[in-house]
Amino acid sequence: MEFFERFMIPHPSFLIYVSMVLIVLVSIALVGVITYFKLWGYLWREWITTVDHKKIGIMYLLMALLMLFRGGVDAIMLRYQLSMPENTFLDAQHYNEVFTTHGVVMILFMAMPFITFFFNFLVPLQIGARDVAFPRLNNLSFWLFFMGAMLFNLSFVVGGSPDAGWTSYFPLADVEFSKSVGTNYYMIAIQIAGIGTLMTGINFITTIMKMRAPGMTLFKMPMFTWSALIANLIVVFAFPVLTVALAMGAMDRLFDTQFFAIGNGGMDMLWANLFWVWGHPEVYILILPAFGIFSEIISTFSRRNLYGYNSMVWSMIVISVFAFTVWTHHFFTMGQGAFTNSIFSITTMAIAIPTGVKIFNWMFTLYKGKIEFTTPMLYAVHFIPLFTLGGVTGVMLAMSAADYQYHNTMFLVAHFHNVIIPGVVYAMLAGLTFYWPKMFGFMLNEKIGKATVWVMSTGFLLAFMPMYITGLDGQARRMYTYSESTGFTTLNMVSFVGAGIMAVSFIMLVWNIWYSFKNSPRNIGSDPWNARGLEWATHTPIPAYNFAITPDITDSTSEAFWDMKHKGTEIFKGDIKKIHMPNYSGVPFIMSCGFFLLGFSLIFSMWIPAIVGLIVVLACMAYRSFEKDHGYYIPEEEVKATEKQYEKRGAK
Amino acid sequence: MKVNLKGTLLASIVFGTLLLGGCDSLLVLDPKGPQAEVQANDTMMLIYIMGAIVLVVFAMLIFMLVKYRASKQSPDYEPPHIHGHWLVETICIGVPVLIVIFLGVRSVESNYLVESAPEEYVEEEPLVIYASSSDWKWHFSYPEQGIETVNYLYIPANRNIEFKLYSHGPITSFWIPQLGGQKYAMADMVTTLHLAADVEGEFWGRNANFAGAGTAEQTFDVTALSQQEFDEWVEEVQETAEPITEEKFEELLEPGHLGRSTYTGTHLEFSPAPEHNHGSSDDVNHDQHEEDTDHSEHENHNDTEHEDHSSH
Repeated sequence: MEFFERFMIPHPSFLIYVSMVLIVLVSIALVGVITYFKLWGYLWREWITTVDHKKIGIMYLLMALLMLFRGGVDAIMLRYQLSMPENTFLDAQHYNEVFTTHGVVMILFMAMPFITFFFNFLVPLQIGARDVAFPRLNNLSFWLFFMGAMLFNLSFVVGGSPDAGWTSYFPLADVEFSKSVGTNYYMIAIQIAGIGTLMTGINFITTIMKMRAPGMTLFKMPMFTWSALIANLIVVFAFPVLTVALAMGAMDRLFDTQFFAIGNGGMDMLWANLFWVWGHPEVYILILPAFGIFSEIISTFSRRNLYGYNSMVWSMIVISVFAFTVWTHHFFTMGQGAFTNSIFSITTMAIAIPTGVKIFNWMFTLYKGKIEFTTPMLYAVHFIPLFTLGGVTGVMLAMSAADYQYHNTMFLVAHFHNVIIPGVVYAMLAGLTFYWPKMFGFMLNEKIGKATVWVMSTGFLLAFMPMYITGLDGQARRMYTYSESTGFTTLNMVSFVGAGIMAVSFIMLVWNIWYSFKNSPRNIGSDPWNARGLEWATHTPIPAYNFAITPDITDSTSEAFWDMKHKGTEIFKGDIKKIHMPNYSGVPFIMSCGFFLLGFSLIFSMWIPAIVGLIVVLACMAYRSFEKDHGYYIPEEEVKATEKQYEKRGAK
Repeated sequence: MKVNLKGTLLASIVFGTLLLGGCDSLLVLDPKGPQAEVQANDTMMLIYIMGAIVLVVFAMLIFMLVKYRASKQSPDYEPPHIHGHWLVETICIGVPVLIVIFLGVRSVESNYLVESAPEEYVEEEPLVIYASSSDWKWHFSYPEQGIETVNYLYIPANRNIEFKLYSHGPITSFWIPQLGGQKYAMADMVTTLHLAADVEGEFWGRNANFAGAGTAEQTFDVTALSQQEFDEWVEEVQETAEPITEEKFEELLEPGHLGRSTYTGTHLEFSPAPEHNHGSSDDVNHDQHEEDTDHSEHENHNDTEHEDHSSH
């Protein structure tokens, strides 16, 4: 019995018991359905072992949407708790757990897989490649990320959720002040997912540097590919810092080392520094691909080339460098003095310059255009003003002296939601709507889509604008309650209503997918938006090999497909030949399961299963190094037959 | 489409007026001390400049969207291929650069203002108060007066207060919005926050940094009195309050919430503040040079103060 006690939730509530029952029921139902329809083999062959970047992308997308739901439910709970003074819906401990998991889930398990979905799905298509540089590593990246995310979510029902904030500052996050295993989950689940992300970074840098179509020089790459390249460079520089910090934090908690612990020479401030040396670049990892998506969409629906291509690229490069020079602005109030604060205040404000350049470039892309307000474009059109609002409040926060008053308040909370939601979330949803027909062969309903955008923006404004005001009125963040005398009541109620309206918009999104799945016509061809980039030059649905003939971009610009359509530039030269493709493999999945076992056991300090997990991981690595796998060829006849079928269907 | 655009504009104007209209009553913009005033002035300046930037962007965007939307153009209109123009790009970079330079200068000035003792009251020696946090309380020690309070603070108005901040547990943040912005209190070093109140009155303060389950209620009251009233209060405490003992203090440190209490003597006598006293700069990695001078200044400063005190 004693063995099982450690898995109990230390601070259970009715809601958690209900969730436990639901999770068990859903899992049983899922296993039942898969078994009944005999889908296990299909899942294993077609999805779990896949190295196809498109399928891996879609799995990331599913994860992102699932986690968006989880993080969204957290958000509604938080806003409901604060909608009334002295509310008893959540107690302090539950509130702390919910805002911690809301932050981690939204940033690391929603936004990250969402952009990784776009990396996976789009980058090889945009550069005319057949797959990524290391297809099997890509599969491993996904499964590591998946296991990390699942492990983190398991904390909800086994052992207790982390409760030290998504920043997990020491010494609060140390065993002395966070006694449950919750923070162990944080340290280890994020570690596993983070290793996956690091591999993704290496994979995509290599892919973009080495596998571009002939003739595609760096400055002929589509803007999204540029943003992906730079974001992944930041990943490779920033994530090792997180890896090290999490390892040190985990050791502090599990093995009683004293890196960040107070008392024996540990430095709590070191954690804050390491966390934000990763954490600040992380927000640029999220926002740059979002900028890339918006660049594609705005130029497509202005029916014009992107204005200032070169300055767009250079501004991203400048942002990526500055991203590493501003981390101290997350703790201007830690007492490093006027001199240090001045330096970081200026570097932080300076980042607004390249970002401003991008905003102006998008607006000049509209200039003399022929603007069509499709759903993706409507997201982009809402993004520009809303993101500007978030950007300028960021400049306010960058004034370090004034920041002493904004730090730790709802003002700050309003600011970062104001950049992340219109920036990242809108970009992801716009991109999802834009590329949906390329993925699934039918369009999402435009009417419902546009209504969704309006509802979402209304909800967003109502949810977050009041926080700027209560923040300046002294409402601190992360507080589970407040008294009526503070006067925060009305505005917090407005916030809750706004959050509810945002929830409605997400339900509309899901309904749109269902409605369109049922009703949308399927004969839409491969270019329903009259788009411009190379990714639209393939068939829909995209064949496993992407392009039958590797495109040649020598005579085209960064908008190869547009050139092909309007100038008649030829990009598919030569004949169809046999195509070399990578083999599927189950090893990465088994290895990730080993990681899951290792992680779970470490969290509960169970050493024997941890060693077993580690052995599985090492065995998989050893197996891989002795394995001879040179991929396979799709014969010429088969490629020709497939291409003929597409022609018959009239697609393209 | 046009209606929607108007709606957006209208909504933003309404929000703008709400934000500006409500400013006077917001705590941060209703300063009662010189430091808070610097911050409030900066905030108002930022709101105006940023408001102007937002308006320019909104106006440009609306112009583009209205003028170049497809429904207004002939079906065979083909948008031209336009590369960047050097003048446009220079303006797009130049104007933000100028704004950032202006704000940067202002930021540096304000930094030095809020990091030093307010000039208005600099002739008089500052009152030193050690504010230390424990789960989830604030302990205020007045070493010169030899008294200590829990969860409430009496200060003389019109005099500089030098708060020495540290924590008996997780990182907390000491914040009295109407007197000035916050600073962290940490377990392994002492940070310094200079504040002063221009008027007598009651304010509230809190720990603004999440530090576990009891953080929401980790608040304290601040009362600014005239110097004479303050002296009378000190005298009264010295006459009536119980002395603080090690056992009593250990009891106070137990996690939980407490009401107000008052003691003679301070816990610093038997449980001193952390040794890394770096004045206003404690980050070892940065400005080593400045830090050293800062350090020695403060040490001298404290020493003389203690001597003064003992000679009374």
